[in-house]
Amino acid sequence: VTAALKPLIVGAGPAGIRAAQALVNAGLKPTVVDEAPSAGGQIYRQRLVPDERSPRDLYGSEAEKATALHETFARISDKIDYFPQSLVWNIRSNSVDVMMGDRNRRFAFSHLVLTTGATDRVVPFHGWTKPGVFTLGGAQIALKSQGCAIGEQVVFIGSGPLLYLVAWQYMKAGARVAAVLDTAPFFAKFHLLRGLLSQPSVVLRGFRYAVELMARGVTVRFGIEPISVEGDDRVRAIVWRESGKEHRLACDAIGYGFALRSEAQLADLAGCRFVFDKRDRAWRPDHDEAGRTSIPGIYIAGDGAGIAGADAAELTGERAALAILEDAGLALDRSRIAALDGRIAAIQRFRTILEAAFPFPEAWAKRIADDVLLCRCEEISVGHVRTAAHDQGVTELNRLKALTRVGMGRCQGRMCGSAAAEILAAECDKRVEAVGRLRAQPPVKPIPLAVVDEGETA
Amino acid sequence: MALLKRLARQNLSPVAFSLNGKPCTGRAGDTVLTAILTQTDRLRLSDFSHEPRAGFCQMGACQDCWVLTAEGKRIRACSTPLTPGMDLRTIVEPRS
Repeated sequence: VTAALKPLIVGAGPAGIRAAQALVNAGLKPTVVDEAPSAGGQIYRQRLVPDERSPRDLYGSEAEKATALHETFARISDKIDYFPQSLVWNIRSNSVDVMMGDRNRRFAFSHLVLTTGATDRVVPFHGWTKPGVFTLGGAQIALKSQGCAIGEQVVFIGSGPLLYLVAWQYMKAGARVAAVLDTAPFFAKFHLLRGLLSQPSVVLRGFRYAVELMARGVTVRFGIEPISVEGDDRVRAIVWRESGKEHRLACDAIGYGFALRSEAQLADLAGCRFVFDKRDRAWRPDHDEAGRTSIPGIYIAGDGAGIAGADAAELTGERAALAILEDAGLALDRSRIAALDGRIAAIQRFRTILEAAFPFPEAWAKRIADDVLLCRCEEISVGHVRTAAHDQGVTELNRLKALTRVGMGRCQGRMCGSAAAEILAAECDKRVEAVGRLRAQPPVKPIPLAVVDEGETA
Repeated sequence: MALLKRLARQNLSPVAFSLNGKPCTGRAGDTVLTAILTQTDRLRLSDFSHEPRAGFCQMGACQDCWVLTAEGKRIRACSTPLTPGMDLRTIVEPRS
């Protein structure tokens, strides 16, 4: 039976690694296709070459988890077919198209596990496209993978646990953190007290980051709203509003983001049903507790299935692999499934608390100025969306895309899609889910026009 | 002036490359984005208003860090490792 199974895993982050490990343990030989040069995903990203820094320097409190995942993947590497630096750009009924350099290969699969992760969710404001403004995730990658700070005087702004984590990591690495500007009001943080019961170590670590930043004299502000980035050709200062007053601070770099948004394009191409997740304020692929999507044989795990973080990704990756074994009628350990389900449910409860502590600034959509750039690829401003809603009666995102080009550029709406939905919904006086979601198109990322097609791989 | 500031990896072996015809040095393990933005503060001009851009997400999602090789090949700077002798061009001409 096992020889006939060809499971394929997209992504080699915490979810993909644990899924691969569970399949290998069951005697299967999964194929793992990942865009990065080495396994770990974004959170546990590995350097291109070793340097003087220890895992503790790189991953902090999560060093043991990172090392365990990297070692696990190294241990199973001869029992899987692993394709790094390879992009799954299209899904057919029982195969995927994969770009490897300038070559295209098609891989057939019997079961597909999508662990495509997430990127930062952003909301535009004046100057957010200037050199020196990066996402929080991007600022963290610069430091972890490249040993670089994004500037000499860095301001971190937005919301979500990553805001304090990245600021603290910069401070520890010797960068000058000019300020941490939290868009959520201070009282929202009291929600975290509820989290002390379920995930005490996570909550206390977060408090420690904030306290240590303040103890080192870093300006930490709550309930702020960014107004603009100053500077003609690069970041020179940030201007924000706080308690009705404008504030300005000189800086040369800005890390920016509002939690994460799932990368779900491949699930969309596969035809998976989507549901609106109120907590994430986003559409995501529908799935059962084991990660089964609405399409038989297609499973989803990690942040691509809905935002739940790296620990959940490890658990849901393994859980999806066990679902494959179950669906294929293979032997499996029921007690392991029960243990995973219990731990996943506990993290899900905690996520609800985190969202309350780092709320998305829903009210901004009405206030963002018309001349703020919304789509950084096609350079379409917020006002264009409002005009389309008013003058052309647009009430749906794909119609908006067709008429204004918002979300039609190279990033395919990864950077502007969330905000476009918020602004369109606010303008139409609808809830954000009522304006729909941008449909994915192959190729899900740019690929060269001159491609050598090597056809299907046995 | 450089956008990124090196805090670590300073002692890794130097990797020679050229940027807009000028000889430069990066470090082993650099991405093209790091190699360029530790020298200067932009990668490209935006397609329509020709404003400077220097990447954004650094994880291959935003597609805002494309640069050119001397042969005219487009490469995504954040996900391309720097290799010795690379002849790189920032995009300084507006796209027609």
